[in-house]
Amino acid sequence: MANIISDETIEYVGILAKLELSGEEKEQAKKDMGSMLDYIDKLGELDTEGVEPMSHVFPVKNVFREDVVTNGDVREEILKNAPGEKDGMFVVPRTFE
Amino acid sequence: MNILDMTAVSLAAAIKNKEVTVKEATEAVLAQIEKKEDTFHCYVTVDREGALRKAEEVQKKIDAGELDGPLAGVPVAIKDNMCTEGMLTTCSSKILGNFVPTFSSEAVLNLEKAGAVILGKTNMDEFAMGSTTETSAYGVTKNPWNPEHVPGGSSGGSAAAVAANECFYALGSDTGGSIRQPASFCGVVGLKPTYGRVSRYGLIAYGSSLDQIGPLCKDVTDCAAIMEIIATHDTKDSTSVERKDREFTSALIEDVKGMRIGIPKDYFGEGLDPEVKSAVLKAAEVLKEKGAIVEEFDLSLVEYAIPTYYTIAAAEASSNLERFDGIKYGYRTEEYEGLHNMYKKSRSEGFGAEVKRRIMLGSFVLSSGYYDAYYLKALRVKALIKKAFDEAFAKYDVILGPVAPTTAPKLGESLSDPIKMYLGDIYTISVNLAGLPGLSMPCGVDSKGLPIGLQLIGDCFNEKKLIQTAYTYEKARGAFGRKEDK
Repeated sequence: MANIISDETIEYVGILAKLELSGEEKEQAKKDMGSMLDYIDKLGELDTEGVEPMSHVFPVKNVFREDVVTNGDVREEILKNAPGEKDGMFVVPRTFE
Repeated sequence: MNILDMTAVSLAAAIKNKEVTVKEATEAVLAQIEKKEDTFHCYVTVDREGALRKAEEVQKKIDAGELDGPLAGVPVAIKDNMCTEGMLTTCSSKILGNFVPTFSSEAVLNLEKAGAVILGKTNMDEFAMGSTTETSAYGVTKNPWNPEHVPGGSSGGSAAAVAANECFYALGSDTGGSIRQPASFCGVVGLKPTYGRVSRYGLIAYGSSLDQIGPLCKDVTDCAAIMEIIATHDTKDSTSVERKDREFTSALIEDVKGMRIGIPKDYFGEGLDPEVKSAVLKAAEVLKEKGAIVEEFDLSLVEYAIPTYYTIAAAEASSNLERFDGIKYGYRTEEYEGLHNMYKKSRSEGFGAEVKRRIMLGSFVLSSGYYDAYYLKALRVKALIKKAFDEAFAKYDVILGPVAPTTAPKLGESLSDPIKMYLGDIYTISVNLAGLPGLSMPCGVDSKGLPIGLQLIGDCFNEKKLIQTAYTYEKARGAFGRKEDK
């Protein structure tokens, strides 16, 4: 494997991805990511000098509309899906002391 | 004729002619679900009461002359990554195990307006990440042609439900082949429309620049009729394109005289099963006999499509799946210390292995220091792939090839080696990168008794050429279907 993923990298990516991997999962993730990156490195064979990165296949432009509410009040239904709800609001863990 | 053997369009006609009621059709298909689900497991949710209630409503509207469309009264199955108001929508993930949307996706609303009866939600690979429907958190779907084999994925539940007569047609979504490949493995017709044809509003996003909703159905006529209903312009999806050419059923013409069909040599090289190869080339021969101009050409860059795709799709997935944080909906872990620990634990417990693998890869390729080398590089190669197709479509109306290198593998054989599994997407994936329409239809059965799929690829917004070619081939091929074990 050409791409060796270090423990630090997996830790860092875990922070970005907001995932907490077990020891076993981390080892597997290192292997999987390494082999995927080896595979992706194939793209290096292609000369893309001067090629614009293409995010959209069609020429698209921003779509604007008036900021008008069109849906009804479905607060109760929305809150039914929440893991924690109190007084019509989402309950979240304490975020600052 | 047995109700279950009818196509969607023929059932709607029978309902219109008062030969069958919507209730009879719905009861027949619900009975089939009852009988077959233990074996095939196509659905995550079956809404029996809702379907029967809807059947009565739709019947009244048909009788009153308020509904007379080509699919009015026909029961349909929806892939479980499309939001359905009031009906559980899990994306086959634990993290959305109790999610009941407060709105319906635009494609589903369009079907309902046209008189569809929604039967339930079909099983899929978790968040549409997979090619076998084995990464679902709610069990494995089996291939109706042989339950020891996978139905393909990620729209495996939708494809299997059509093949097993557990619905009359279904909606799926296709990010790298997720409609076409299961259609191929289950011997049904599947179309991935041009990017922007069908609104993605309410489709739970995986790779937003690649995702597209489309039909899985019994024949090409159904495919055209469904497309006329779902291909609408929607201001709620800013990538939805306004088009006038939506009369897809006008392309149901048995004629390919002068149609220029290109066969990419690169699609017939190493790795392609000889039985698949011979069936696909035989289909090309049939079209040639019908007057099409068929020739081989070099498409180029085919081997670069998979690494390009997995970079872009993983990057978009890592961003799209950030919303699953245990706050507004879905799963929240039991015990945690503070906000960030709650996020991490909820996500780690809620997502399955393949989803985590792609989120990790996506986070890495987007991270500072690697963004240019991986993500931007992939977007540059995407531009080259698009150019290769542009050049091909300057010469050809349709590109013809296989859908997948093999027929359906056995259950349990694919997940252990991700790269090997990803290689199975080689013929479908570049179509998503270039935003093109691609149609999959059966063209034979291999020596194991499993269906073989033919793929027709068109230039952007040229679905009608695909439908015309597919329809002509279908007429020449004759009836195709699984022998129901009656």
